[in-house]
Amino acid sequence: MTEHRPAASIEAVESGLAAQGYIASRQIATAVYLADQIEKPILVEGPAGVGKTELAKAIAAWRGLKMIRLQCYEGLDEAKALYEWKYAKQLLYTQILKDKLGEVLGGAATLHAALDQLHDFGDVFFSKEFVEPRPLLQALEQPAGCVLLIDEIDKSDAEFESLLLEMLSDFQVTIPELGTVAAVTAPIVILTSNSERDLGDALKRRCLHLHIGFPEQKLEERIVESRVPGISQTLRKQLVGFINEVRTLDLKKLPSVSETIDWARVLVLLQASELGHEMVKDTLNVLLKYESDIEATLPQVSTFVAKATRQNVFG
Amino acid sequence: MRENLHRFFRAARGAGVRVSPAESIDAMRAVAAIGFEDRGILRDTLLLTLAKTQDEKKALGACFDLFFARPQPSQAANENEAAENAEQAVSEQSPSGQSEQGAGAPSSAEDMSALGPLAQMLLSQDRNQIAAAIANAASSVNLSDIRFFTQRGLFSSRILDELGIRRLRDDLDDMLASNPALAERLAMATERLRDDVRDTVSQALLLYGREEAENLRAEILRNAPMARLELRQVEQMRALIRKIARRLRERYSKPRKRPRRGHLDVRRTIRRNAAWGGVPFLTAWKRKHRDKPRIVALCDVSGSVAQVSDFFLLLIHSLHEVVDDVRSFAFSGHLIEVSDLLEANTPEKAMGEIMSKVGFGSSDYGSSLADFEKLAMSAVTPQTTVIVLGDARSNNLDPRADILKRIGERSKRLVWLNPEGRTAWGFGDSEMPRYATFCSVVRQCATARQLERAVSDIVASYQ
Ligand SMILES: Nc1ncnc2c1ncn2[C@@H]1O[C@H](COP(=O)(O)OP(=O)(O)O)[C@@H](O)[C@H]1O
Ligand SMILES: [Mg+2]
Repeated sequence: MTEHRPAASIEAVESGLAAQGYIASRQIATAVYLADQIEKPILVEGPAGVGKTELAKAIAAWRGLKMIRLQCYEGLDEAKALYEWKYAKQLLYTQILKDKLGEVLGGAATLHAALDQLHDFGDVFFSKEFVEPRPLLQALEQPAGCVLLIDEIDKSDAEFESLLLEMLSDFQVTIPELGTVAAVTAPIVILTSNSERDLGDALKRRCLHLHIGFPEQKLEERIVESRVPGISQTLRKQLVGFINEVRTLDLKKLPSVSETIDWARVLVLLQASELGHEMVKDTLNVLLKYESDIEATLPQVSTFVAKATRQNVFG
Repeated sequence: MRENLHRFFRAARGAGVRVSPAESIDAMRAVAAIGFEDRGILRDTLLLTLAKTQDEKKALGACFDLFFARPQPSQAANENEAAENAEQAVSEQSPSGQSEQGAGAPSSAEDMSALGPLAQMLLSQDRNQIAAAIANAASSVNLSDIRFFTQRGLFSSRILDELGIRRLRDDLDDMLASNPALAERLAMATERLRDDVRDTVSQALLLYGREEAENLRAEILRNAPMARLELRQVEQMRALIRKIARRLRERYSKPRKRPRRGHLDVRRTIRRNAAWGGVPFLTAWKRKHRDKPRIVALCDVSGSVAQVSDFFLLLIHSLHEVVDDVRSFAFSGHLIEVSDLLEANTPEKAMGEIMSKVGFGSSDYGSSLADFEKLAMSAVTPQTTVIVLGDARSNNLDPRADILKRIGERSKRLVWLNPEGRTAWGFGDSEMPRYATFCSVVRQCATARQLERAVSDIVASYQ
C-alpha cells in the first residue's frame, strides 16, 4: 500500500478546502486532518443541506483525487455496491466448456470422477476476469487512491452496514470465491447520514464521528460569500441574520445552508442590496418548503427583518 | 500526558460515554497528531474520536471542560523540583517583599531556610506553584481512584500528607513563639491550602466517582421489580434497557458471513440442461438457503404487566441488527399487531399509542389468543420462536389453552415470560400451570437482569 501525502496541518486543510469554495469550520477541518493522520473514515451526520456531500467533493477536488460515490438506498445490496459476476461472459464460456467437454472428461473412469472434474472446472468461472467491480471494489482498485463517498448510509438497510465493516476497518473486502482484495492505496472514506435511522455501533466505532449542524452566523456569511460572489456584504449579513431567526421557530423543516445559498442567489437576481419586508414575503418559498412553515413564519417577517437589519448596524 | 488521557477516558466513562480500548488507542493516536497546545482543537479531537452521538458529544464536552478546568500534574515538576523552585522564588522575592509585606514578612533568609519546603512555598504565595504541587500530590496518591463521597476525607489527608503537612505543622508551632505575625500568615495560607485540596478532591469525585455511582445505581435498578418502578425511575430503566440492548448487539452481531454468490452448480446445471443435450443453456447457481427464523412476541399490556411489556418490547426492537424479523402483538381484552408502530416511532410514543388502543382493559387471554390465531397463526412456522409475556391472569375467563397448544406445536420454541414469582403461579385466576404444559420454557421475568437473561437466551438460539 503506498501512502498519499497527508495534509500538513489543520490550517492547510482549511485553506485547501476554501480554495475549492468549501468553507470548513475548524471542527470539520480537524476531522479531515485527523482522518488523514490516523487513516480512519469520517462519518458525517447532520440535517440535509449543511454540506455533507459537498465536503467529500471538496476534499477530492483539493487533493486532486478521483471521487467514487456510492449512493445508498433501501434494498442496496452487495451486487450493486461491491461486485457483480459478469453472467453473460460466464454463459459464453460455459458454451466453450460444452465444446471441450470431451477433452475435460476424457480421463475420468467413472461418472462420479467426471462430475468431480467438472466441479473443479467450475471454479474457472469465478476468477477476477468475470468480476464486474462496483463502487466499493473500484475504490480499492484506484492506484492513486480516491475519495470514496458512501452517501446517505441511513437510507440503506441495517444489514448493509455489516458489508461495510471490513472495508472501513482494513480497507479491504473479502470475496468468497476470490479471497481478500486489499486497497492499492487507502482511500479517504466519507460516509454521510441524515440520521433517519440509528446506525450500528460496529460501524460507528470504525469512524471518526463528525456532526455538522447549522453553521454559526459568521461562518455562514463566509459560505454565502464563497458561493454567491456578487452579493453585497450588507445583504449577506442581513439575510444570514434573518435565517438564523427563522431557525429558532418550530418548523417542519428548518432552512439549511443550501436554502440560504438559493435565497441569496434569488435576492441577487432581484438586484436587492438590502433586506425588505415585501421582498422577503415574496421569496419566502425559496427558503421554506412547506406551506404550513411559510404560514407560521409570515407573521414574524417584520420582526425578523427588523432584528436582522438592526443587528447589522452594530455587528 | 498519556496518564492524563487515561484519566480523561475514565472520567468520560463516568459521564456515560463508552470508551473501548480500541477507541482509546484511536484517540491517543489522534492526540499525538494534533498535540496539546490548543485546547479547542484537543477538545474537538476527543469529541471526534470518542463520542458517537450528539448526546455523547454534549456529555463529553462538559466532561472535558470540567477535567481541564484544573491544573494537571506536570511530568517535569516532581516534588524536589517544586521545592527548589519554591526556595528560589522566596529568595528572589525577599528583598522587595520585606517592605511590602511589613511585619509579617520573614525577617531574614535564615528564618526561611529553617522552614520546610511547604511552608516556604506557602509563604511565597505563588498560586501557580501551589496549584501544581497539589496536582502532583493528587497524582501520586492516585486521586483518580476516588469512587465514593465517603472517601473525600481520606484523599484530602493523603494529599496533605504528601504535600508535607506534618513538617508544616511543626514549622507553625516553632514559629508561634519566634515570629507570631509570620505564623499567623502561614496559618492563613495553610487554611487556604486545605480549602484548595478539598476543592481538588471534590472535583475529582465529580469526575471519577460518577462511574461507580452509576454502576451502583445500575446494579440496584437491574434487580428492582420492573412492574413497581416509580415514575422517575422509568426513564432510568429505559436507559438501562438500551445499554443491555447494546451489550446484546455487541455480543451477537458478528459480521455475518456472506454466502458465496454465483458459484456454478455443475451437477444441477447438467441435470437442468439434459433436454438440450447437455448444452448449458440454463445455468444453476449454488446458493445457500438460509432458513428465515422469526420471533413472534405476544405481550400482555394490562395493569401491572404493561410496564414490563414496555421494557421487553423496547429491548427486542432495539435488537433489529441482530434479530431482523420480529413481529410483535399487544393484548389485554383483545389483541393487535404493533410491529409497525414500534418500528416507526420512539418507544415512548409507540407505547402511548399501544396503550390507547389495547391497554388498560382487563385481560382476556382466551379471546386474545383467538385474535392471534385469526391474525397471524399462519406466520408461525417451525423456525419461529414465540414469546408470550404476561402473568396469565385471565379473570377466570376461558383461557383457550387449546390455541396455545397449537402455537406450541407449530413453532420451534414457545417461551413464556411471567413477571410474577413462581409461588404465585396457579393461585387465584392464574392459568400459568395449565399454559405451562404447552411451553418449551417458562421463566420468571420481573427484573431487568432476568429480562436480559431471557432475551439473551432467545437471541443466542436465533443465531
Ligand atoms: N461549508 C460550506 N461551504 C460551501 N458550500 C457549502 C457549505 N455547506 C454547504 N454548502 C452548499 O450547500 C449545498 C448543500 O450541500 P450538500 O453537501 O448537498 O448538503 P448535504 O449533503 O449535507 O445534504 C451545496 O450546494 C453546497 O455547495
Ligand atoms: Mg447530501
